Amino acid sequence: MTRQTSLHARHLAAGAKMVDFHGWDMPLHYGSQIEEHHAVRRDAGLFDVSHMTVIDVDGAAALEWLRRLVTNDPARLDAPGRAQYTAMCDQSGGVLDDLIVYRREQGWRLVVNSATREADLEWMHAHLADGVRLRERDDLAMLAIQGPRALERARDWLGDAAEPVAALAPFGFVEDGERFIARTGYTGEDGCEVILPGADAGAAFDALLAAGVRPAGLAARDTLRLEAGLNLYGQDMDNGVTPLESAMGWTVAWKPEDRDFLGRRALEAQRAQGVPRRLTGLVLQGRGVLRAGQTVQRDGRVIGVLTSGAFAPTLGAGIGLARIDAADLPAVGETVAVEIRGRLHPATRVKPPFVRNGEVQIER
Amino acid sequence: MSEIPSDLKCAATHEWARLEEDGTVTVGVTDHAQGSLGDVVFVELPETEAEIIAGDEAGVVESVKAASDVYMPVSGTVVAVNAALDEMPEKVNEDPYGDGWFFRLRPIDAGELDNLLDAEGYAEVVEAEAH
Repeated sequence: MTRQTSLHARHLAAGAKMVDFHGWDMPLHYGSQIEEHHAVRRDAGLFDVSHMTVIDVDGAAALEWLRRLVTNDPARLDAPGRAQYTAMCDQSGGVLDDLIVYRREQGWRLVVNSATREADLEWMHAHLADGVRLRERDDLAMLAIQGPRALERARDWLGDAAEPVAALAPFGFVEDGERFIARTGYTGEDGCEVILPGADAGAAFDALLAAGVRPAGLAARDTLRLEAGLNLYGQDMDNGVTPLESAMGWTVAWKPEDRDFLGRRALEAQRAQGVPRRLTGLVLQGRGVLRAGQTVQRDGRVIGVLTSGAFAPTLGAGIGLARIDAADLPAVGETVAVEIRGRLHPATRVKPPFVRNGEVQIER
Repeated sequence: MSEIPSDLKCAATHEWARLEEDGTVTVGVTDHAQGSLGDVVFVELPETEAEIIAGDEAGVVESVKAASDVYMPVSGTVVAVNAALDEMPEKVNEDPYGDGWFFRLRPIDAGELDNLLDAEGYAEVVEAEAH
């Protein structure tokens, strides 16, 4: 049975073309995914991300348990109101999910992917410890307000929270009554993500639209995150690859050396032997679109594959993330071939992000 | 529900063809096609003076979702292409029967247009595809 968020009727009223996203009926776009993409880069866009999974973690042993569960070290969050991005791995070092860990005044909050909800909860419960309580918060909705004018347009709706939110560093958050507002996002633009009671989501949506924030769907979300060089679980990584093979090595906190997080041994072994593949960015030199599954080639040999690809509206070019054998990895700026519909096309290796804060970061 | 202008004929592969006064035939893709494709980002047009048989590939329309072949609706020689689509591929979405035209051809036999569908026939094809 397909699930709906509390904004379902509003999406339809706003002209959304809906799509089944891993069991959720979600807006793909509201007319033009390219226009929605530009709205986020230039102004402000609103995403319903209520399909994401919110898990509250409490108990005397919560921090200790979290430090074992994820590759980053939550102990580095040295005060409440801070968050970190991390991977969660299995004992082979394979990525089970990517998620954000928030340190609250009381307890912790995790936001994990929608598609991995069941698998993640099963894993967490299987590895639960005494003194830790998990509570899945499916009573909560989540909205992402993104773009250079996002906070400005959301000012009235944020009310008293507007100033504290504007003062947040990236990955900082505040709790204002029942609203949990974080300076995070999946677009490469400024803005915030708000977790709030499902019953309040409709009024929030109405208020933000009235303030000129433009509703944006999953299609724009994908082109935005790809331009921002952000991974998508299930495409750019899965449990068959490690964070080191997914451009996520920076999320692994190796120190302190005695923090035995799940997957540590396997990751140490891979690091010692040499990471066999790397995830990097590609830009198509000519006209066309890069798409997941296309092969990357050099001298007639396949050396890698596109894990994600799209036409990047802000760049006006095809871009993608590709996993390439370390032994054949081109230098940044070097050209390789991508096979598109039976023909080879030149593409250049770049270091993501492709776009950040509305500005193109790479050379074509 | 997209409506086909009555002066057009359509192929089951979603191209439209319009016989012009000077005997040439203008070709594009239908409103239904552009809706299914989503935002168009690139259009590959045939070369002028290319001679193409009906049913053969004449070009490609690439959208955010996928690339689709555009087929020659009637046999003939390409006499003009809509170069404006290079800079503004979105015209295909915005005005599929007007500014979004792809190319114009001189047919070998204008009678071949009778092999194409009229507005009603095409509507039935679209209806059938939906089920």
